[in-house]
Amino acid sequence: MAELCTACGHEVRLDHFKICPSCGHYFPLNPGERIALIGDEGSFVEMEGTMVSANPISLAGYEEKLEENRKKSALNDAVTIGRCTIEGDAVIVGVMAFSFMGGSMGSVVGEKITQALLEGALEGVPVILCTASGGARMQEGIFSLMQMAKTASAAALLEETGTPLFIVLTNPTTGGVTASFAMLGDVILAEPGAIIGFAGPRVIEGTIGQQLPEGFQRAEFQQEKGFVDAIVNRTDLKRTLSFLIRTHRRGEVSHVG
Amino acid sequence: MLDETPRFTAAVDRMVAHTQLSGWERVQMSRRLGRPGAMTFIKLICDSFMELHGDRLFGDDPAMVGGIGLIDGQAITFIGNRKGANLKENVRYNYGMSNPEGYRKALRLARQAERFSRPIVCFIDTPGAYSGIGSEERGIGEAIAQNLKAFSTLKTPILVFIIGEGGSGGALGIGVGDKLYMLEHAVYSVITPEGFASILLRDPSKAAEAAEAMKMTAHHLKEFSVIHDIVEEGSAEETAARIKAIIKRDLAVLCSKPPAHLVRYRIRKIRGIGEVSGIAKTWWKPLLEVFSKSGSLS
Repeated sequence: MAELCTACGHEVRLDHFKICPSCGHYFPLNPGERIALIGDEGSFVEMEGTMVSANPISLAGYEEKLEENRKKSALNDAVTIGRCTIEGDAVIVGVMAFSFMGGSMGSVVGEKITQALLEGALEGVPVILCTASGGARMQEGIFSLMQMAKTASAAALLEETGTPLFIVLTNPTTGGVTASFAMLGDVILAEPGAIIGFAGPRVIEGTIGQQLPEGFQRAEFQQEKGFVDAIVNRTDLKRTLSFLIRTHRRGEVSHVG
Repeated sequence: MLDETPRFTAAVDRMVAHTQLSGWERVQMSRRLGRPGAMTFIKLICDSFMELHGDRLFGDDPAMVGGIGLIDGQAITFIGNRKGANLKENVRYNYGMSNPEGYRKALRLARQAERFSRPIVCFIDTPGAYSGIGSEERGIGEAIAQNLKAFSTLKTPILVFIIGEGGSGGALGIGVGDKLYMLEHAVYSVITPEGFASILLRDPSKAAEAAEAMKMTAHHLKEFSVIHDIVEEGSAEETAARIKAIIKRDLAVLCSKPPAHLVRYRIRKIRGIGEVSGIAKTWWKPLLEVFSKSGSLS
């Protein structure tokens, strides 16, 4: 089906990579599409798919908002986790959905990311987390802030067991997700052009009282500043992840064939 | 019985005072210029204190104070957000908003504390991390993330006191510890009430309404079990004396525990925060054994 590119306005037909053939713009992928792109066919088994959020600070309207998003997206919350294989290697994978309340991290996202990291730690299986998030989910108040500490401590446990964590930053990744597990990968990859930062551009402009320079907080900027290992085209993502999995095995001299 | 009457009346007065103060009023109290800050408490609590500067990577952040203090012969590493007592100082200390080098200094001093078996006491009082170009360029998100990871597994006791504003990730960046306390007029939240109002209520002038809805007072956070207890406020000296008594009491207990136990307890506590449907899993607990290698502190 043809659709209009949000970047160049051309009517385009997209394949499963969802890259605009006209201008190269990356359309967002939902978790299912991302997993199909990086995982071996039919290998994905979801974990904790039915977990849903409570309303921890009893905020008026939050439960309705969740219900509305569940209906709209056919997802239960803003992250999907599970197991799959990549070129035959077992991994634990987590993919965030920006389409679900801006990919915000509340108790469910925090818990599922934590479970993905702890499963990886327990089994010594590499963990791959693909981020897309506006940050902490304000509707859960202090509980959402604490998910940052929770996911970061789970990343610490993974590190203690010597199991690698690979992060794929996609557009956009900001706020409390950037300031927790998203910046804790042994290798941090980013998709071209993705906005990656802590404070949102409008907040910064408000603080400094001037416009931000072109390209600020883009993936290319973050690589230049030293916070991203490599910018990887979506078409190369599976191959790149497979290379990283094979070169991060402990106790073996890495001979990658 | 008669002796207890004045205390009882005072307690009732306090309870009335608590219920009368709105969330928004507490937000304003937590921000009041001249409210005792980290440096005031450090000076009142310690017999001596030496400030240590710099992150060894980029510079020294004046909005984050760190150093070593002595309380009755016990060496303690203190880390805190620093605000000014007046407008001129506030400019110098960037209103308590740290750049990445502040968090990296905190991490350097925390690791130093761990290496030399010193417990750590953190004082939180910040509207949030600084959101500017340089702060982003030097990786404020990465700096906070590293602190969350490192503090959750640091093999030394960590006590955290939220003494004023506990603003978002910038507060949490020095806020992971074994025991958390809040002064009674301190607040702690994921975003400022102004931010919450403009994003969720679509009206920045509804900050007072937001402050209620966000449940960000010490009493709410105690109810949520996010903090361990509330510290009553009096004069700066009285409040400092209460903080000092808590530090001495808690460290007497925590310093006698094997560091691995501390870390396991800390991670379990962090792991438990959050409300979701139907999970109470314990399958991951064997993982905590990775921290049981070393002996005890002190």
